[in-house]
Amino acid sequence: MRFTLSWLKEHLDTKASLEEISEKLTSLGLVVDKIKNPGEALGPFTICEIVEAEKHPNADRLQVCKVQTGSDVIQVVCGAKNARKGLKAVLARPGHIIPSTQQALKVGKVRDVESFGMLCSSEELLLGEASEGIIEVDPKAPIGKSYAEWLGLDDPLIEIEVTPNRGDCLSVHGIARDLAATGIGTLKPLKAAKVSSAFPCPLTLKVAPEACPYFTGRVIRGLKNGPSPEWLQKKLRAIGLRPISALVDITNFFTYDWGRPLHVFDADKIKGNLSVRLSKEGESFKALDEKTYTLSDEMTVIADNTGVISLAGVMGGESTGCDEATQTVFLESAFFDPIHTSITGRTLNIISDSRHRFERGVDPLSTLPGLEAATQMILDICGGEASKVLVEGQPPYEEVEIPFFTVRLETLGGLAVDSMEAEKILRSLGFKLIEDETSYGIIPPSWRFDVTQEADLVEEILRVIGYDKIPSVPYGERPEQKPLAPTQERRFVIRDRLAGQGLTEVITWSFMSEEEAKLFGGIDKHLILMNPLSQDLNGMRPSLLPNLLKAALQNQNRAAEIIALFEVGPQYTNPTPEGQSLMASGLRCGLFNQDTWCEKKRPVDIYDVKADALSLFELTGLSPQIETSGPSWYHPGRSGTFKFGPQAVGYFGELHPRVLKAFDVKGPIVAFEIFIDRLPLPKKKTTAKPKLELSPYQVVDRDFAFVVAQDITANNLIKAVVKAEPSLKMSLSIFDVFAMGNGKKSIALRIRVYPKDRTLKEDEIQMISEKIISSVEKNVGGALRQ
Amino acid sequence: MNQMEQLKLTFLKNLEGVTTLQGLEDLRVRALGKKGDLTLLMKDLGQKTPEERRTLGAELNALKDVLTTALEERKAILEEDSLKERLASETLDATLPPRPRATGNIHPLSHVMDQAIHIFGQMGFVVAEGPDIEEDFYNFTALNFPPDHPARQEQDTFYLPSSTTGQPLVLRTHTSPVQIRTMLKTQPPIRIIAPGRTYRSDYDATHTPMFHQIEGLVIDKHTHMGHLKGCLEEFCRLFFEDPSLKLRFRPGYFPFTEPSAEVDIWWKGSSWLEILGCGMVHPNVLRNCDIDPQEYQGFAFGMGLERIAMLKYGIEDLRLFFESDLRWLNHYGFSPEVRE
Repeated sequence: MRFTLSWLKEHLDTKASLEEISEKLTSLGLVVDKIKNPGEALGPFTICEIVEAEKHPNADRLQVCKVQTGSDVIQVVCGAKNARKGLKAVLARPGHIIPSTQQALKVGKVRDVESFGMLCSSEELLLGEASEGIIEVDPKAPIGKSYAEWLGLDDPLIEIEVTPNRGDCLSVHGIARDLAATGIGTLKPLKAAKVSSAFPCPLTLKVAPEACPYFTGRVIRGLKNGPSPEWLQKKLRAIGLRPISALVDITNFFTYDWGRPLHVFDADKIKGNLSVRLSKEGESFKALDEKTYTLSDEMTVIADNTGVISLAGVMGGESTGCDEATQTVFLESAFFDPIHTSITGRTLNIISDSRHRFERGVDPLSTLPGLEAATQMILDICGGEASKVLVEGQPPYEEVEIPFFTVRLETLGGLAVDSMEAEKILRSLGFKLIEDETSYGIIPPSWRFDVTQEADLVEEILRVIGYDKIPSVPYGERPEQKPLAPTQERRFVIRDRLAGQGLTEVITWSFMSEEEAKLFGGIDKHLILMNPLSQDLNGMRPSLLPNLLKAALQNQNRAAEIIALFEVGPQYTNPTPEGQSLMASGLRCGLFNQDTWCEKKRPVDIYDVKADALSLFELTGLSPQIETSGPSWYHPGRSGTFKFGPQAVGYFGELHPRVLKAFDVKGPIVAFEIFIDRLPLPKKKTTAKPKLELSPYQVVDRDFAFVVAQDITANNLIKAVVKAEPSLKMSLSIFDVFAMGNGKKSIALRIRVYPKDRTLKEDEIQMISEKIISSVEKNVGGALRQ
Repeated sequence: MNQMEQLKLTFLKNLEGVTTLQGLEDLRVRALGKKGDLTLLMKDLGQKTPEERRTLGAELNALKDVLTTALEERKAILEEDSLKERLASETLDATLPPRPRATGNIHPLSHVMDQAIHIFGQMGFVVAEGPDIEEDFYNFTALNFPPDHPARQEQDTFYLPSSTTGQPLVLRTHTSPVQIRTMLKTQPPIRIIAPGRTYRSDYDATHTPMFHQIEGLVIDKHTHMGHLKGCLEEFCRLFFEDPSLKLRFRPGYFPFTEPSAEVDIWWKGSSWLEILGCGMVHPNVLRNCDIDPQEYQGFAFGMGLERIAMLKYGIEDLRLFFESDLRWLNHYGFSPEVRE
């Protein structure tokens, strides 16, 4: 909402400075967005009079002028032909910034004659187009006065944000009322005398109550529409509205001044009878914005015999628009229902000042006074005579009493307020008070739809006093407890773990393209957005990997060679809360490390992400089972699934070449996905650990290289080794794996045996070795490599 | 000069000339080895008289001690020299970079969320959660948004197909539905914060379709606006690490609070910056959650995590939070911490 300071002062009698007013507005909840003074840049330029003008001794086209500034007479050299004795002009003095050049004016000599100022053209002051000569100021203008001020340009424009509950402050009068309540000024009442009417309204009107509860209007005939007077044009221009014609400008004035939208129809263009009704699906309407709209059911419209001629409270129609030739108008002032207006405006996507106000609520009791005041202004500006008023329905306003105990200001608002002060504030805001012994009955005014209960009244009083007056109370009573439950804390621990593994955390959209999701199991149709921003972001992601892949691609395009990313975030299988799973997913792409003096670079492989994933399982204190192969987006032969019992808790592996191709990203890419909420919580740290036996006997190391079939996994082999002598305490490490051809591979193991009660003798060690070899042979068909 | 004197002089002279441990060993063998000169002299003792044996034996033993000591001293010197020589030949350039250890970074939003949780945690708040896909009821209706009210449209909601029960489903436009979920299943007193992802269909320099909020809710019998001010002042001062940070509370509008307030902070001595919205929980919201507003009251607040992260860390472009650009993440990210 924009208004000028002078406009505000037409409603508020105040001596307060602009700064005080601005502070009060913000403190009232009408936060000031900006204040702009268009006259500011012109501030220093004053009105002067040329008292002498003589030809420059050394230049034909220049004149040397003696100029009366109001305090002294100075010499100015001027090149304008129209500079002449007796002319009032606009003077710039040395040091003043000239708006057109943004340079400060200097004292100078022009062809050996000193010049102590400059007489300005409108172009130089950015007040007009290129022009001949200097500005010729009205002979009545006072010498020495600021030119901008004299022009009326020195009027600050104030722009405030009005919250959706405060439709009443979409008017200068409403804003003035709020300001007056703070005590910085007095609200001037609106003038709305009944206009005497000369004849009955010649139009017949039928109003369907479901379409409009309260409708008034009248005809004004014999008027002349033309440009509106300068004062009105100036007002509208100052707030950024384009003056159109007197009739239109008058309705715009009431929209901003009273917050009371009105509409004028050219009555000569109305065919037959007027009706206010609900629209029918498919009806067509050409609006004043020259667009044709197709209406749906139940929009409030004003129609004549030809069809819809206005969308009530939203926009008028082209067919009955007023122009220069208009002589007779039908002036409408009505109460249109906020929800109805809002739906109509939203469905047709029409934004207008009228809709903006009606959907927030226009004072129903301003309907008739608004009609009268606007009629008077039309008569004053355009002439003509007014008919009697047509009134249909009743203003939808009932006085409702809200019980109010002023103690609530302290117990809810935190500020003790004197009852007298509270009363005064409510009264000045237009509330009626009914006093009781212990409490009040408060009746909100017709323009305050937002005040319906006690808490609303507390806010009203506190905002007028100022929230800054509420003493802040240090927050007491602090129960000692951790803010995060173990399952919540774990997500932060997981982030730290993965970052510690060398992965960088990213946060990507929860949505993605339905099309691209097909490679990741697809998106359930219940998870497709009905109004996505774009088709790229139209569904809830079934996996975090696609967005991570896109992130990897972007980094590849920026020449990153080591890309290791993870995200902790949701993925979705259905729209219920249970269908949202919290994941820790990550990928590594390209190189694991760079060449350095001590390490050679190598590409990433699945064992890197397996380590990343297992670092998270460490948090559970449990080891998952690992099955080979993962979901379809992984390479079938280079992936695995982590399981606890029958439940899959995560996957890892190389991404399927098909996925890489679809995302146009360079491999190798390895990834992991862990379902965080499927990880068991670790046992309590306070639980005793199993007893540790430290054996004093010599450990024994033995190396074995087994040849097994290609499809025998390392895990199968290890199981076979362990089975050989289950009671033996041993540790195993695999130190070499290679393919031998013929469907065979070699796996080399180092086995360290920890004897329990004595040092093992050579023949005992031999026996253990043989058991291991025979178990491997029996269980996985392996043999010692020869 | 007797034989022993001769042996001693020769030995000590030779010892001086020895420069290697091997040379030293050779010298030792020549004197003290099985067939060494001194050893042979000692073997001869057997043929002497007991008297001679006693005096000569003592002398020979003394000589052996002298030689052994001299040998050991010389050995120590030679070993020291040899160690010095070795050390001189086996230097490593300590200025070479260390063996690399890959470390990643934590996203600044996670870091900020963690900080916010811990500051509120000290005030006794615990973390509550709700789903990203919400029923219209939790996101709007229960929060006192009238149907078709402009405030409902202002939020640029993303819609999903209605649930099987016919409830319109939305991506939550704020973390406030967690208030409702919490109040419906918990008896007051309540003191929660709810950080999480939120969504609005808006994408430009200052809006992203997904962003993060942290919500707060306190319900008990006596909490009033003074407590709200105290709580948020404490949070802002701790979070922005400025114990004298100035806050401005001014009236605002949210359907789910009354009175409502917007909070600005006085930033770098130059301007007020809006950072959060708050207010006393609207009586209608309490009623919607079966809590009697005559008995209970409290406050709620909500703030954008991106906003406070940008202010605190001087991050300028909102969109870069979600671009996954490693250059940005390495610059604005945080090293992992060790947590319990």
